[in-house]
Amino acid sequence: MSIILDPRAPRSLMADDVVISRADAQRVVESVVKLSKADAVQVVIRSSRTRNVRFAANQLSTAGVIEDTTLVVMSFIGRKHSAVTTNDLSPESIERTVRKAEAIARLAPDDAEMLPVLGQQNLADLSAAWDDATANLDAGSVTAAANTALGPARKGNTLTVAGFLVTGAEALAIGTSAGLFAYHRGTNANYTLTVRTADGTGSGWAGEDAPAWGALDFARVSAQAIEKAERSRNPVAIEPGRYTVILEPQAVGDLVGLMPRYFNARSADEGRSPFAKAGGGNKLGETIVNAMISLTSDPSNPMVMSRPFDGDGMPLTKQSWISNGTLSTMLVPRAWAARKNLTATGTPNNIILGGGSTSRDQMIAGTQRGILVTRLWYLRETDPRTMSYTGLTRDGTFLIENGKITKSIKNMRFNESPLFLLNNVEALGPVRRTATEGSGVQIMPILKARDFNFTSLSDAV
Amino acid sequence: MTSRRDFVATTALAAGALAVGRPRDAAAHSAHTGLMPHVQQRMDAPTRDLLLLALDTAKRAGASYADVRIQRVQRNAVFTREKQILDVIDSDTMGCGIRALVDGCWGFAATPRLTNDGIARAANEAVATAKANRIARDKAVELAPNPAHPDATWSSGFTIDPFTISIEEKTTLALAANAAALSVPGVRFVNTQLQFVKEERNYANTDGSIIAQTLVRTYTPMAITAVSADRSDFAIRDAVVQPTGRGWESVLENDLPVNAKKWAEEAAEKLKAKSVEPGRYDLILHPSNLGLTLHESVAHPTELDRAYGYEANYAGTSFVAPPEKVLGTLKFGSPMMNIYGDRSQAGGCATVGYDDDGVKPEQFDIIKDGIVVDYQTTREQAMWLDWWYKKRNMPTRSHGCSYADSWDSVAFQRMPNVSIKPGAKDIGWNELIAATDKGIAIMGRGSYSIDQQRYNGQFGGALFYEVRGGKITGQLKDVAYQFRTTEFWGALDMLGGQKSYELYATFSDGKGQPGQSNAVTHGCVPTRHKQINVINTGRKA
Repeated sequence: MSIILDPRAPRSLMADDVVISRADAQRVVESVVKLSKADAVQVVIRSSRTRNVRFAANQLSTAGVIEDTTLVVMSFIGRKHSAVTTNDLSPESIERTVRKAEAIARLAPDDAEMLPVLGQQNLADLSAAWDDATANLDAGSVTAAANTALGPARKGNTLTVAGFLVTGAEALAIGTSAGLFAYHRGTNANYTLTVRTADGTGSGWAGEDAPAWGALDFARVSAQAIEKAERSRNPVAIEPGRYTVILEPQAVGDLVGLMPRYFNARSADEGRSPFAKAGGGNKLGETIVNAMISLTSDPSNPMVMSRPFDGDGMPLTKQSWISNGTLSTMLVPRAWAARKNLTATGTPNNIILGGGSTSRDQMIAGTQRGILVTRLWYLRETDPRTMSYTGLTRDGTFLIENGKITKSIKNMRFNESPLFLLNNVEALGPVRRTATEGSGVQIMPILKARDFNFTSLSDAV
Repeated sequence: MTSRRDFVATTALAAGALAVGRPRDAAAHSAHTGLMPHVQQRMDAPTRDLLLLALDTAKRAGASYADVRIQRVQRNAVFTREKQILDVIDSDTMGCGIRALVDGCWGFAATPRLTNDGIARAANEAVATAKANRIARDKAVELAPNPAHPDATWSSGFTIDPFTISIEEKTTLALAANAAALSVPGVRFVNTQLQFVKEERNYANTDGSIIAQTLVRTYTPMAITAVSADRSDFAIRDAVVQPTGRGWESVLENDLPVNAKKWAEEAAEKLKAKSVEPGRYDLILHPSNLGLTLHESVAHPTELDRAYGYEANYAGTSFVAPPEKVLGTLKFGSPMMNIYGDRSQAGGCATVGYDDDGVKPEQFDIIKDGIVVDYQTTREQAMWLDWWYKKRNMPTRSHGCSYADSWDSVAFQRMPNVSIKPGAKDIGWNELIAATDKGIAIMGRGSYSIDQQRYNGQFGGALFYEVRGGKITGQLKDVAYQFRTTEFWGALDMLGGQKSYELYATFSDGKGQPGQSNAVTHGCVPTRHKQINVINTGRKA
């Protein structure tokens, strides 16, 4: 549990409601539907408040509170449609936005793939995704958390810390003229810390992410980042090449987290995806990776707790993309489902790679020669045909010899595909929620795989 | 600034004609020629009153310095594929961001509530946050001196406001471009987007500056995909058009419906290109490819906050550090390498009249004759180099690189337009190819990746041409060049002259936590780099 939570602390001075309430969102939706003269209308309301603190070079740098609520009105007239967004929710502005959306829609060309707006859906209620204390966190609590890293770093002259703390509350509501109303609100807390040694030769990173501020353990994050930094001093160069790797959960998420976009059935059917089949069609039902691998999405997983519907209001439940190594589901957009007579899947907002029972220590002990990787950086696609990426290791890369971590090594660039990685997997360990911000929740295990393709050395620390 | 209420009263919508945004004025209909640049109006009284209220509230609450932005950002985007319009999106956001300095600590608060009460609450919150931060303070923030700019106005250099162009004109142009691309055999898919941004920025600070500015940016990306007959392979031609800090006139100049056919032919030809043999090659980089490499390997490591570790937890630090040891001594590249920053450059995506510290930017040298001489700075950061400027008999002043991407973002150091100076000889792309015996000529941006200190980079491209005996002999594919930054720039041995200078740009460059996006231009000439490592990125599943 967090030590940084004072229930008596003052709340934000800015506004009385943290984010838009279900009742207020419903009123906005109803007013848009009532004003609409289009054939159909879809309304999206996104409301958020975040509080953040940044520190670096052992200094506090910036800190702030940001709140906003935006309204999107999507008007559908015949086969024409448009979307207009505003952050002014006054009655006059709402009316203006509706009229503007209708005007733009009338001018737009016909969309042959236009879909009707959704009616009411059967949606899970995930009210446990909201934590009042996180939503109302005061400035002093966040600064005090930053001090858990700044204080010790300033005492000695050997470490430099840089970190980011952010807590947020967000509500999303979607309504349509066909009767849909979906509302979800959730909170989030995220802490990442980079510790560098003052001589510039070592760098360590650690991070945690959770739906509630109280679940973050600042001391644990600090201890992990400091240990990595100290241990990574004076790295030595090793020859690039194919190595057995143990990727910690963050590194796994950095690479495997890129996979969901490739599950799109349309791209595969159109012949421009790693899952396109020569001669047409896709690889659904085929074995694509090692049988140990199962990749799913599930908003109601207790470690996930994310929105149970997508941006169109499609319900999101547990979906299995890869099941025991087989491509078991493809992401089917609504338009493609309508054209190909398939079931639309909705667009997931989380990704879960199933773990295993091999602990980190066991993985290291069972490795003759390999590399332990903390996290990956600057991943960019190099070949969409094979889902190949380049990128680099960062903030804690170590050589394992004869079952022990023996040396800190220089960072290396790799050219590798998550598909090859998951094909070459040898062991899976416990899962955790990665600290990746802003691209949906990732639940990833520590993972051991052979033949990871490192191609060059980097002097970057 | 136009309030949204005024905005609506003056739109064509209200007049019955249907256009997105304000009606096009009479001049805009005159074949888009002979247009005068947009002229910025003085700030309206209600906006000014709210800015002054924010400053006054922050001061009363205990701020030693404060600045405030009331900003409106409008975006319009048209998304198309093949014969379809995927979406027409129009967004409008407006709000106020207040930054307060108390005892050398920053606090920031942002609110969309543009009422006296909303602004006062946010100002108090900014000060309260700054005060709360004092328990973690070590060194106090100091700002470099900067003259006040009372009642200043500025507008970016656009002649046709894209927000005055009807949605019909936009979609017609995109669909015509798609049709032209699809007319080429083998080309099966094409995506064209039209993206427009308009920022109305109203700024005031407690030094006495009150500044109203309007900025427009335009980007029309296309991606054209050719698929082999047996569906076993595909090739993409993209990166065809540069983003710009100009208006609709730039879209007309790019003439997508005419050029799309040529780009589509390049996609079809790329499908048949031979896969590159890895090895060392002389690389000839077109401005459309060099721009991103310069951005990542030169412009990012010369951001002063990175050099001092302020981005260590996310974007990274820099090998151009520490400043005390590298300024005036670090050999970044060959003596023909001269790099400058300039947020006043005409047509640049990062160009402003005044930055978010209220500083009027001007051109400054970053690398002179291959040696690092300065960094990109804000008012806070310029103080960190006070010793260096004194040594060089230069005033300690900001280079005007403070930027916040919206009203709800805090201003910090962002990249100005960073460009390479043309060479003395007036040569260009063709002369560089003619002078090369065995090389690869690369156009357009592709895959790009570089480490967090900017030592090791790997860059692809959109089109790769084999050069043999001074001539292009055909297309290659699966090419990426991989380098150590100072070796790559040290291997620069030819560069184009003024006639070959072009503006490369990127529409969204990420930095900071919370993440912010910056658009930036890099003026480039074609360059040649001797004996660079080329790898083959192709792989069979």
